[in-house]
Formats: sequence, structure tokens, C-alpha cells
Amino acid sequence: MSMPLAQRLANPKRFMELSGWLLPWISAVSAGLLVVGLYMSFTAPLDYQQGHAAKIMFVHVPAAWLSMFGYALVALSSFGLLVFRHPLADVSAKAAAPIGAAFTLLCLLTGSLWGKPMWGAFWVWDPRLTSVLILFLLYLGLMALRSSIEDEALAAKLTALLSLVGIVILPVIKFSVDWNSLHQPASVMRLGAPTIHASLLRPLLVMAAGMTMLFLAFHLKAMRNEILRRRVRALRTFEVQASAGLAGQPAE
Amino acid sequence: MDLGPHFAFILTAYGAAALVLAGLVAWLVLDGRRHQSLVDELEARGVRRRSSPSESR
Repeated sequence: MSMPLAQRLANPKRFMELSGWLLPWISAVSAGLLVVGLYMSFTAPLDYQQGHAAKIMFVHVPAAWLSMFGYALVALSSFGLLVFRHPLADVSAKAAAPIGAAFTLLCLLTGSLWGKPMWGAFWVWDPRLTSVLILFLLYLGLMALRSSIEDEALAAKLTALLSLVGIVILPVIKFSVDWNSLHQPASVMRLGAPTIHASLLRPLLVMAAGMTMLFLAFHLKAMRNEILRRRVRALRTFEVQASAGLAGQPAE
Repeated sequence: MDLGPHFAFILTAYGAAALVLAGLVAWLVLDGRRHQSLVDELEARGVRRRSSPSESR
């Protein structure tokens, strides 16, 4: 019992048992929070400046937070692979990348749809928008690099290295609003109290909690799928070895 | 529900969110099912890893 959680989860079998038990609960909590969050979002008072258009904030801002959270998760997992060689670290990094990319795409799409009525343009080469676009391209680059290398162990290490180098994009995104940007500065995650009114902050936080739980559910499910994929590969290798009379050699 | 003059942008944003998230759900569920059926198929043929003969799903 004294074994650290990370060490106990190093066994894929134990991870599959625990994640199989957790996944329905996380999904249910996420669904509940999102239903309540959507109701609160559409019944929230109008923003005094932006009117109804500010409702896009309730999906755009959580997507933006999670696009960065997803990349931090990829980088942390990559660190776990390169430094601690944790057996599930690469599974976690690989699973998080497409989910992070999807949330970044969602952030860009909803931001664009919010930008048009407020700024008069779907897209401007603004520091915040451009740095988030680079984050999206970085996710795509990580996935492309991994899939372009046949040797999975080498692909994992090179992808991990790139993701650690790419983490520089996170502070760039965070501080880009201070660099002559059209984008508004942080109004929730900032030093001091949030500048957003409580009647708009509450639905935003509920939506953010729901979408975070959804992200975690997606990540757990993607990790389970990746473990199954590796099991299929190991079984196929073992089958080939057995049929070639090499059954004495272990299949990974 | 009155969503003001920008209702098309609001509905498209929420629609895009629903589409992206539903797409992720569909991909994850189908991918999981595909790999689970491959594992089942291989195990039904008697292929097992000796290190873990009865791994959990």
C-alpha cells in the first residue's frame, strides 16, 4: 500500500482495471457538469459590452485552457518517459496529443466565430491567435513525427524530445496578450481577483470543470486504446515467433 | 430563445464544439472496439503472452 500511485500504475493490467472502473464515473460527472454549465451559460445575464456574443466565451475559454493543459500533459508525460522511463508515460503522451489538438482546433474555431462579430474579422495575425495556431501545428507535428518513424521506441523518444522543446509555446501564449494584442488580457487566471463578473464567472467555471473532466475521460479512454493496440502488436509478434519455431523468445 | 443579432455565430460555435467533441467520442469508442475485437480474436486462436496469461480488459 505504501507504493506510490505512479509506481502502482506502471503495470498496464492494473491501469486497465483502475481506468475501467474510473472512466464511467468521470464521464458521468462530466456530462452532468456540462448539462448544468450549458443551462447556466444560456441563462446568464448579457455582457454589458458584447451582449449575446459573449456566450461563445463559455466554450471558447475552457477549450483554450485545455489546449494548453493538453500540451503540458504531453510534455510532462514525455519527461516521465525520458527521465523516469515510466512504462505508461509514452502511452499517456501519445494519447494526449490528438485530444489536445482537437481542443486547440475548437479554441481556434470558436475564437474565430467570436472574433468576427466583435473585431470584424475571423482571423488576424495577432500574437495570441498566432501562438495558438503554432500550438496546433506543434500538436500536428508531434503526431506526424511519431507516425513517420517505424521503430516505436525511437519514435517515442524523438517525439518526447520535440514536445519538451515545444513547451516554450505555453509561456508565449500566456504572455502574448501583453504584446500589442487585440485579444483581451486574462480575466480569470491572473494575479489578484478575477475581473469578470460573478454571474458570468460561475457558468464559465462549471463549463471549464465539465470540459476538463471530459478531457480526462478522453485521455483515459485513449490510453486504454493505446494499451490494447500494443497488446495486439505483442500478440501478433508472439504468434509469428511461435509459428516460426521461436516460441522461446518473449513477445515484448 | 433570443440570441440577438449574432445568433448565427453563437450557434455555429456551439455546433462546432458539439461536432468536435462528438467526433472525438466516436473515434475513441470505435478505436477501442476495434482493438478489443483484435485482442479477442488473437486470444481465441490461442495466442497468449506467457508473462500475463489472463490480462484484464
